[in-house]
Amino acid sequence: MSVATAAPPTTPPVRSAAEKARWSQRISARVSSAGLNVAVVALTLAWIVPTLGLLINSFRQGGAFNTSGWWTALAPPYAFTLDSYRAVLGASDLAPSFFNSFMITIPATLIPTAIAAFAAYAFAWMKFWGRNWIFLALVGLLAVPLQLTFIPLLTLAVKLGLNSGNTLPGGLNAGFLAIWIAHTGYGLPFAIYLLANFFRVLPTDLFESAEIDGAGPVTVFFRLVLPLSVPALASLVIFQFLWVWNDLLVALIYVGGTPEVAPLTVTLTNLVGSLGQHREYLTAAAFVSMVVPLIVFFSLQRYFVRGILAGSVKG
Amino acid sequence: MASVTYEHVYKRYPGNTVITDMNAEIKDKEFVVLVGPSGSGKSTALRMLAGLEEISDGSVKIGDRVVNDVAPKDRDIAMVFQSYALYPHMTVYDNLSFGLKLRKTPKSEIDKRVRDAAQILGLEPFLDRKPKALSGGQRQRVALGRAIVRQPQVFLMDEPLSNLDAKLRVQTRVQILKLHQRLQTTFIYVTHDQVEAMTMGDRIVVLNNGIVQQFDTPQTLYEHPVNLFVAGFIGSPAMNFLTVKVGGDGQAILTGEGFQIPVEDRILSEAGASRGQEVIMGVRPEDIKDVRFPGRDGLPKINSKVEVVESMGSEIFVYLTIGGKTLTSRMDPRSSDIEPGQNVQVAIDSHHLHLFDPKSEKALVSRGAPAAAVPAIAEAQAQQVR
Repeated sequence: MSVATAAPPTTPPVRSAAEKARWSQRISARVSSAGLNVAVVALTLAWIVPTLGLLINSFRQGGAFNTSGWWTALAPPYAFTLDSYRAVLGASDLAPSFFNSFMITIPATLIPTAIAAFAAYAFAWMKFWGRNWIFLALVGLLAVPLQLTFIPLLTLAVKLGLNSGNTLPGGLNAGFLAIWIAHTGYGLPFAIYLLANFFRVLPTDLFESAEIDGAGPVTVFFRLVLPLSVPALASLVIFQFLWVWNDLLVALIYVGGTPEVAPLTVTLTNLVGSLGQHREYLTAAAFVSMVVPLIVFFSLQRYFVRGILAGSVKG
Repeated sequence: MASVTYEHVYKRYPGNTVITDMNAEIKDKEFVVLVGPSGSGKSTALRMLAGLEEISDGSVKIGDRVVNDVAPKDRDIAMVFQSYALYPHMTVYDNLSFGLKLRKTPKSEIDKRVRDAAQILGLEPFLDRKPKALSGGQRQRVALGRAIVRQPQVFLMDEPLSNLDAKLRVQTRVQILKLHQRLQTTFIYVTHDQVEAMTMGDRIVVLNNGIVQQFDTPQTLYEHPVNLFVAGFIGSPAMNFLTVKVGGDGQAILTGEGFQIPVEDRILSEAGASRGQEVIMGVRPEDIKDVRFPGRDGLPKINSKVEVVESMGSEIFVYLTIGGKTLTSRMDPRSSDIEPGQNVQVAIDSHHLHLFDPKSEKALVSRGAPAAAVPAIAEAQAQQVR
C-alpha cells in the first residue's frame, strides 16, 4: 500500500526523541539489573558466611570457638576433628528422635496442605456468603503470636487426653496427634493465604471452559486446579516442612520431655548440659538436622520452574 | 442442531444495564455474527446463552427449551474462547477428549471422534503435544477441535481469531466457514471486526450500548442501515456523513458547505424531510465518483481538493476535502493519476444517498428511497418498538 501525502513528512526530530527514550530505557534496565545482582549477591553472602562459620566450628576442637574466631581455623596449623559429630551421632536417642521428627513433620505438613488446598479453592473460586470477611479474618490470624495460644490449647489437649503419656487406639502416642493438630492450626492461615492467592490468578476462561465441558467443582479441583498449582503446592510443602522440622518451641510445649515422642530438635538441645558445657555439639547437631531439609528442598525445587501455565491462554 | 431465541432479554449489573430488551430469532444451521464496538454487550449476550452469565430478565431458548436455569453443561453447546482456554497440563488428545470423558462416552467412541476432529483440523501430528509446544494457529485449532468433538447443537465463538496474525486470521476465517458447511450446525460468533462479521455471517446482529440496532443479512445492513450507528459501523472505509439543509423551491436541493445536490422532491416528502430542515447525508465511498468516466453525466458534481491518495492496487482510496470536511472516495485504478494537492471534480451518486434524522439518528432516506418504504428497515424498526 503506497501512501502519498500533500504535506512533506517531518519525521527527523520525532525519530531522535524516540531513540533517546530507547537509550534511556536500555540504560535504566542495565542499572536495575546490576542493582538486582548486587542485592542478590549480598543477600547470599549474608546467609552463607555465618553458615560457613558454623560448619568450620563443627570440625574444631571442643571449646575452641569460645576463644578464637572460626576463620583462624583456616590458617595452619590445622586441627580439625570429628569429635563433635561422633558425640552427636553417638547419642543413644538420636535414631528414635529422627524417626519422631518424621512422625511429626510428615503429617503436620500434609494435613494442613490438604485442608488449605480445599479452603483456598473455595475462597478463590466459589461464591458464598461472607467470603471476603472470612478470608480477611483468616489473614488477620497471621498476626497472632502462637505463644498466645499455648495455655488454652494445651489445657484443651490435656482435657481431651492428648498428652504425650497416653496411647491412642492403634498404639499411636497421643502426643503425636496433639502436635499434628497444633501445627495444622498454626500453619493453616498462611497456607490458605498463599494458595488462595495463587488459585485466584488462574485464568477464568479455563474454569468456564471446564464448566461447559461438564466438569463440576470437584472435578475442576482435582483435574485442573491441583495439577496447575504444583509450584504453589511445592513451595507450601517446603515452607511447612522446614517450619515443622526446625520447630523447637511447639514440640517442647506439646510433647515436652517425653523421649518417646521428642523430635530431633528437642533431643539435640538436651545434648548441651544445663550449665552450657559441650556447646560445641550444637554446631555439629545443626548440620545433622539440616540434612533432611536440604534433601526436601533439592528434590522439590524443580517444581518451582516457572511457565507451567505456558500455552494455556493467548497465542 | 437447534434454533436459538432471545426474548426480551436483559442483563443488569448493580447500577448498570448491559443488555436492554434483546430480541433475536436465530434459525437452525444459521451462522449468526454478533458485532459491535467494545462494551456493546456482544460477549455478554453470548455468555448468557452459554450459561456463564445469569439472565436478569427475559428468556433464552435453545430449540424449544428455555435454558435460563439450565447448567452450561446441560445446554448442549460448545464454546471457543478468545484465549482458547486450553488445559495446559494435558496433551492435545486429552484436551479434545476431556469433555467426552466427563460425559462417560465409551472409549472407542471418544477415540473415533477425537481422531475425526484431528483429521478435519490437521492436528493429527500434534495429538501427543502439550499446548505450549504449539503455535498460536495450532492452539486455535485445538480450541475448535474441542468444540467439534462434543457434537453440540450450537457452537459459540467469542472472538476466536483476535489472537492470530492477519494472514492466519483470513485462513482460519475460511476454515471456520467450511466447518460450518460441513457440520450443518448453528454457529453464533462474536467479533468487534465488521469485516469478519460481513464475510462470515449469514445474518448479523449489530449491537451498540446493549441494544440491538439491526439484525439482517450483510448485504441489507450495507445497503439499508436502519440508523446512523449501523451506517457508520458497517462498511470499510466507513460511510461519509455531511450535515445538509433541505431547500429549494420546486426541485428539492440539499445544501451543504460548498456544494448543492438536487434530489427528487417526491422522495424527500415521503421520507418526511421538510424544507428548511437539517438532515445528515450519508454517502458510501464508492458513490463518490471520478467525473471523467462515462455514465456520470447526469449526476450532481462537487469541487474538492485531494488530500491523500491510498493505492490498494485493485482500487484507490482518495481522501477529499469539501467545505472543511474530509470525505473518502473509493475509485478504480483508472483514476490512479489523481495526486495529492489537486483540485478535482467528483460526482455524487444521488440515487444511492442516505439521509438520517439528526435527532433520532434514524434513517429517513435509504439508498435513494424513502426509508419507510424499505421492508428491511420497516421490519427492524418494528422490532425495536415491540
